[in-house]
Amino acid sequence: MTLWLAIPVSILLVAGSTFSVLAALGLLRLPDVYTRMHAASKAGTVGSGLLLMAAGLGSQDPAILVRAFAGFIFFILTAPVSAHLLARAAHLAQVPLTKASVRDDYGRDANGDRLK
Amino acid sequence: MTRLVVLLLFTLVWAAITGSFTALNLGFGLVLSGLALFLIRENVQPSGIAIRPLKVVALILLFLRELALSAFKVAVLVTRPKMNLKPGIFAFPLRVNRDFEITLLANLITLTPGTLSVDVSDDRRFLYVHALDCADAEAAIRDIADGFEAKILEAFR
Repeated sequence: MTLWLAIPVSILLVAGSTFSVLAALGLLRLPDVYTRMHAASKAGTVGSGLLLMAAGLGSQDPAILVRAFAGFIFFILTAPVSAHLLARAAHLAQVPLTKASVRDDYGRDANGDRLK
Repeated sequence: MTRLVVLLLFTLVWAAITGSFTALNLGFGLVLSGLALFLIRENVQPSGIAIRPLKVVALILLFLRELALSAFKVAVLVTRPKMNLKPGIFAFPLRVNRDFEITLLANLITLTPGTLSVDVSDDRRFLYVHALDCADAEAAIRDIADGFEAKILEAFR
């Protein structure tokens, strides 16, 4: 691997790992399931996306690069869906929001009135 | 016409996933795509959705920028020694009303800074969004309405 390929690959690897670590840290530190989904869905997606790109570039094989890119696309498509389903399931199971929460409009309209 | 485009798109995705663009594999992908489309023929009706390619590209670019910002924001937040959170769920009044538009908007919202879609109200008038910083929900609602929702309306109407 030439230096000019090694540098971007290393940068992508370090950046991807950093985001993954921070996503894990977010899961540990954030107070409730809803705020945790933020860390998992965003930092997690970007972290794995960068790592996939690094793997694709580092392989120097277009076939693997294209597959890594496809993997990233699938991540973008599926991560929000799982985050959304987990948050919805948690709310339906009446998992409370953290005490710091300032607002809960779930099942209400924009003025805070109950629907139906 | 649309079906032909979808068929070719499926074939390309197949070639990308299997990682081989040889004529044989492309042909196999074409057969598989045709079979897959044949299996779901009852469920896909011609939708008459008008797609504006340039606006779609603008939407994708906006999304990638927001995704990067969003990951960065979460990263900064969790490394702060004292997290200053004012989370909450607000109701976002929807202007888009078709299923795929709502799905798209919900997914985009989830991957942007500090917001996560939780559910759609039964009558589809509201999207419930969890925000890390819900101190000013009106501003967040305005941001989404003028940003992603406006772009989606431009791209697919």
